[in-house]
Amino acid sequence: MSDEHIDEVSGISTTGHEWDGIRELNNPLPRWWVITFYITIVWAIGYTIAYPAWPMLTSATKGVLGYSSRDDVNNELAAAEIAKAKYAAAIQSKTVSEIAGDDALREFAVAAGSAAYKVNCVQCHASDAQGSKGFPNLNDDDWLWGGTAEQIQQTITHGIRFASVPGTRLSEMPAFGEIITRDQVAQVSTYVASLSGPVQDAKLVEPGAKVFAENCVACHGDNAKGNKELGAPDLTDAIWLYGSNETAIAAQVRAPKHGVMPAWVERLGETKVKELAVYIHSLGGGE
Amino acid sequence: MLDNTQIERLEAEAVNSAKVRQPLYAPRKKIFPKRASGSFRRFKWLVMAITLGIYYLTPWLRWDRGPFAPDQAVLIDLANRRFYFFFIEIWPQEFFYVAGLLVMAGIGLFLITSRVGRAWCGYTCPQTVWVDLFLVVERAIEGDRNARMKLDAGPWTARKLVLRVSKHAIWLAIAAATGGAWIFYFADAPSLIGEVFAGTAAPVAYITIGVLTATTYTFGGMMREQVCTYMCPWPRIQAAMLDENSLTVTYNDWRGEPRSRHAKKVQAAGQLVGDCVDCNACVAVCPMGIDIRDRQQLECITCALCIDACDGVMAKLGKEPGLISYATLSDYNANMAVATAGGSCSVNPSLVRTGSGAFSDKLAHFHIRKIFRPRTFVYMGAWSAVGLALLYSLLTRDRLEVNVLHDRNPQFVTLSDGSIRNGYTVKLLNMIPEPRTIVVTMQGLRGAEMSVVGIDLPADRSFAVAVEPDRLKMLKVFVRQPVDQVGSATQTFKFRVEDKASFETDEYTATFNAPEIVR
Repeated sequence: MSDEHIDEVSGISTTGHEWDGIRELNNPLPRWWVITFYITIVWAIGYTIAYPAWPMLTSATKGVLGYSSRDDVNNELAAAEIAKAKYAAAIQSKTVSEIAGDDALREFAVAAGSAAYKVNCVQCHASDAQGSKGFPNLNDDDWLWGGTAEQIQQTITHGIRFASVPGTRLSEMPAFGEIITRDQVAQVSTYVASLSGPVQDAKLVEPGAKVFAENCVACHGDNAKGNKELGAPDLTDAIWLYGSNETAIAAQVRAPKHGVMPAWVERLGETKVKELAVYIHSLGGGE
Repeated sequence: MLDNTQIERLEAEAVNSAKVRQPLYAPRKKIFPKRASGSFRRFKWLVMAITLGIYYLTPWLRWDRGPFAPDQAVLIDLANRRFYFFFIEIWPQEFFYVAGLLVMAGIGLFLITSRVGRAWCGYTCPQTVWVDLFLVVERAIEGDRNARMKLDAGPWTARKLVLRVSKHAIWLAIAAATGGAWIFYFADAPSLIGEVFAGTAAPVAYITIGVLTATTYTFGGMMREQVCTYMCPWPRIQAAMLDENSLTVTYNDWRGEPRSRHAKKVQAAGQLVGDCVDCNACVAVCPMGIDIRDRQQLECITCALCIDACDGVMAKLGKEPGLISYATLSDYNANMAVATAGGSCSVNPSLVRTGSGAFSDKLAHFHIRKIFRPRTFVYMGAWSAVGLALLYSLLTRDRLEVNVLHDRNPQFVTLSDGSIRNGYTVKLLNMIPEPRTIVVTMQGLRGAEMSVVGIDLPADRSFAVAVEPDRLKMLKVFVRQPVDQVGSATQTFKFRVEDKASFETDEYTATFNAPEIVR
């Protein structure tokens, strides 16, 4: 170039690039540098031959080394299964109480049960296990069908009022709206509410107690503490599945709602059910 | 028809005409550094012995930590996420100590550079140390500069082949030992070395040895000064750390110029002559292959071997040492002003000397005061501040810690008797290699008691928990408060942990949630 610029200080020509009067010296690169650059090109070509690289119409070249990231994942999953196998075997052979008593096994079962819970149980019992409206809270110490790890396991295995499976719990409370009068319903509802708190109309408590003794003690017991064999709730405590005021109780006396829970053992298998039972029991320690 | 002379000549030139074409790539010029001797060379041998000694021997030092921890003095245990350094054990959350040390190393580098220039490059950089080591081998096998140049230029004979093969074999052995030493920092060295030779060590160990062997051999044996000049960012950065009061290797042309190989003849002819006899000893010893007399250059790593070489020549000539010396730019400029009579003439060496031939007392000399200037005080202050903060943190750090995670979902649970329960994940960190019994106690929260999942004891306000050595223990704790004791929707209380044997304690302030309206 005729307008070539030579830097005065160094006597070296410049590249013609200029920024605010600062010019770039045209110093040659070291030769090894460009050789290294060529080597990287050769390496890159070799790499695309050795590893999956070139896109074809329907897939990509597989590479002569046969590497696959999917295989890597599968191998890692298989390794994880093997690592889990000893826990799974122990969980299969032990009772849920034994599992809950062993620190390492419990930790494993709680983690596995928690994962299974999030997939299968949150739809009704909610992510915090407090239960959607009308579904029991699994954190507290009030258990309709018993809150030991074994009893929880039985509930999950066979379900509640899940008629298609033998061994499920079937008991239901009769609709007392067809058996006792409207007044008696009001009286007994007020009496039941009075067992755990103040009521609006105290006059109804005494006749209500009589109605209770005649109709309810068979299942809920003389002291209204309930019966876990029958799934009859404790009526004296602070926990109410369908509401604690007289109106809510009256509705439940007239035409009771009954929860239904599926039996899970067919779908999840015994090990998973045990893990779930240990997890649920760990939420609040059962009863 | 026109003849040749009648054709009009145009003013045109090819853009890539050979006249202006420059090579895009420059071949490397081979450097054959001559052996130097002198005080700086001796100092460099010492630094080399210390740094290589630290690198190769550290993994083999033992340190007894009892039966529950490894006995290697310096160990980076990646699998268990522990770092052991003599009496210090670092957990991953304490990695800031390492970050702090790196900050100190960075500021220390600024400090050293602003005082004595590129001392890091010239004396302690692994590239410099290993190149020095490789040069020792090269000289031992092929001889010093002249012999090596002759061998290199000569034809391939059996002797050349034997010399070259043995040189590269020893280089490779050193490189392999260097790569090999690295892995011992990451596992128990005595057992790992057996595994390495038996072929049973982990693949990553062999890959690491392979990579570091290759880089050591390539950088130390083959590339040498190319690494410093073209690959390292530090020569570019360090300019920001140097100022006119930084000591750096300087050719004092105020006494050296005009240089002459025939001083007596020139002097006899009545011309000026400086101390430099243009013997090129300084160029011959330079591992970077540069001429320090061309002034301060990016390539100069300030290894000071040219000072040794020049001082040797000056001693033979009966002149004062220091024609090449550590000097500051301000002193150099002052002396240049003396030698050039304030810039009014070219260098006149007679101006720096008195009539008797001794140096004039107008000359500036380095004074130790120049080491202490605002810039170095700032670096020193920052360096010391980080160091003191780290030291304080290290001396007062906890070896017993408690961390608490409050259950958020649900925040609280109402129990059948109306009482309120909150759940917590309590993490006990036993950071010493001894098993301990830790007592976890609740402080505050009227009437509340706790129970621990997996501990079959009635609810209480205190539990004793066994924690394995050097481990974290996770407890699921339920805290329950009777309904009539619940003060407000959010209360705070403390989890206090204590090791009854050592009296170490730690606390965590947790919150306890309750519904807004409690019956």
